[in-house]
Amino acid sequence: MLNIQQVDAYYGDFQALRDVNLEVTEGKIVALLGPNAAGKTTLLSAISGMIPYREGNISFQGQHINAMLPEDIVSLGIALVPEGRRLFGTLTVLENLEMGAYSKHARKNLRKNLDKMFELFPILKERSSQQAGSLSGGEQQMCAIARGLMTEPRLLMIDEMSLGLSPVLVKHMFNMVSEIANTGVTILLVEQQVNHALKVADEAYIMEKGHVVLSGPSAQIANDDYVKKVYLGK
Amino acid sequence: MELIVQVCVSGLLLGGIYALISIGLNLIFGVVRIINFAHGEMVMVAMYLTFWLNYFFGMDPYVATIIVLPVMFLFGVLIQRVIVQPIQSSSANMKIFATVALSLILQNVALIVCKGNFRTVQVPYGMSTFELAGIFISVPRLVAFFAALGSITLLYYFLKYSYTGKALRAIVEDHTIARLMGVKVQRLYLLAFGIGCAFSALGGVLLMPFSSVYPTVGIPFTLIAFIVVVLGGLGSMGGTFLAGLFIGVVEAVGGTYVSPALKEAIYFGIFIIAILIRPQGIFGKGKGSEEVGLK
Repeated sequence: MLNIQQVDAYYGDFQALRDVNLEVTEGKIVALLGPNAAGKTTLLSAISGMIPYREGNISFQGQHINAMLPEDIVSLGIALVPEGRRLFGTLTVLENLEMGAYSKHARKNLRKNLDKMFELFPILKERSSQQAGSLSGGEQQMCAIARGLMTEPRLLMIDEMSLGLSPVLVKHMFNMVSEIANTGVTILLVEQQVNHALKVADEAYIMEKGHVVLSGPSAQIANDDYVKKVYLGK
Repeated sequence: MELIVQVCVSGLLLGGIYALISIGLNLIFGVVRIINFAHGEMVMVAMYLTFWLNYFFGMDPYVATIIVLPVMFLFGVLIQRVIVQPIQSSSANMKIFATVALSLILQNVALIVCKGNFRTVQVPYGMSTFELAGIFISVPRLVAFFAALGSITLLYYFLKYSYTGKALRAIVEDHTIARLMGVKVQRLYLLAFGIGCAFSALGGVLLMPFSSVYPTVGIPFTLIAFIVVVLGGLGSMGGTFLAGLFIGVVEAVGGTYVSPALKEAIYFGIFIIAILIRPQGIFGKGKGSEEVGLK
């Protein structure tokens, strides 16, 4: 579905991505793991079109998307739930979700998708007329994911979902991710909660210093000696 | 006692126009993130358009809005497309140079084309007033106030309830994320600049029946609009409206009791105190002067 080949990306002189190769198969949950500043967020930004200067090949369902703008990439069916949620804080929860459905194709199904979101995250229905900035961290994350789903994505990329959430909530959010995947949405998950991520993911990639150092089925990654030692503390 | 009430009423009525012009600036500033130093010149151009429409065709200033507003909307769209869009991602300094240059060019073109004379529109109701409980109220100023109030209310509802309006507010919050949602930001920048320009143009038209136009008439409006936007809070329509009225009253009271020559010193003084104490704006919940800083 998503195919990334030999991608390089730069911030000025700093090379944030070096020869990154990654493949996301339709219907799977893929985890992208690694320490801070490994280039995971940069890779998601490159996929969603927010980094104008990127080399190599990024293709989605056979279509070359390197040179496309973010507003066009989202209508192909790629949604990003950004790090730190970045909700529109002074807009209400409902308005945030409506913004998710801004693209033409998504706006047609606005009502139907809103009902779906409120079913998936009942708390958002309760909070729908509240300013998004006034929500708790967990509610904000749910709102951000729901906003991403409102774009009707085939691929949903979630960046650091569990950051700043309580352990109970983290567990709940990972269950939600599995549930979303069961509805047929492919998921690319960037995480620091390696343990949880490997449990829900089908495949995993480990990135360090802008480069993929390890990849494979998550069960295999979870049993890798290096991963055990460095990431799982076993 | 009656004098102070009289002065405050006159100030409030004038403040409505300040609010109108400032809301145009607030929209441009909040959405496009450009500090438009040519904002007052939009008022000036609209005033000249009104004047010439009256001079050549005998058109009433209020009727002239039908022509002036669409023309000024397109003028705003053109400025955004031709001048602002190419330097959108440049430094703040570059943007300031561009809009200051635009302001100078417009002033000097006006000077060449229209000469430096003060031009006024002669209308029968220009000086008409009525008396209410001992207070004299100028008819064209009252019309201006209610027209300002009405159009600000319209804009408020547009921003609050229409899909496009919500997208404009989303852009004020975070334009990068708005793009990720599929919002075509460049198009909405054009729209915001157009509306902003039309709002200041409406201010200019409404001024015409009781004031005169000359090439540098716009300069104080740019300054006042910046003060009003900062006091009112960026992105806050209600705050901007109140701040506009406030500056109108301050100007009238200061001009009467202190000295007309000092009125600008007075509201700039208030402005400096305000950003020291409440940089987020006095009336607004919105973002304020910290965003006005050259970020």
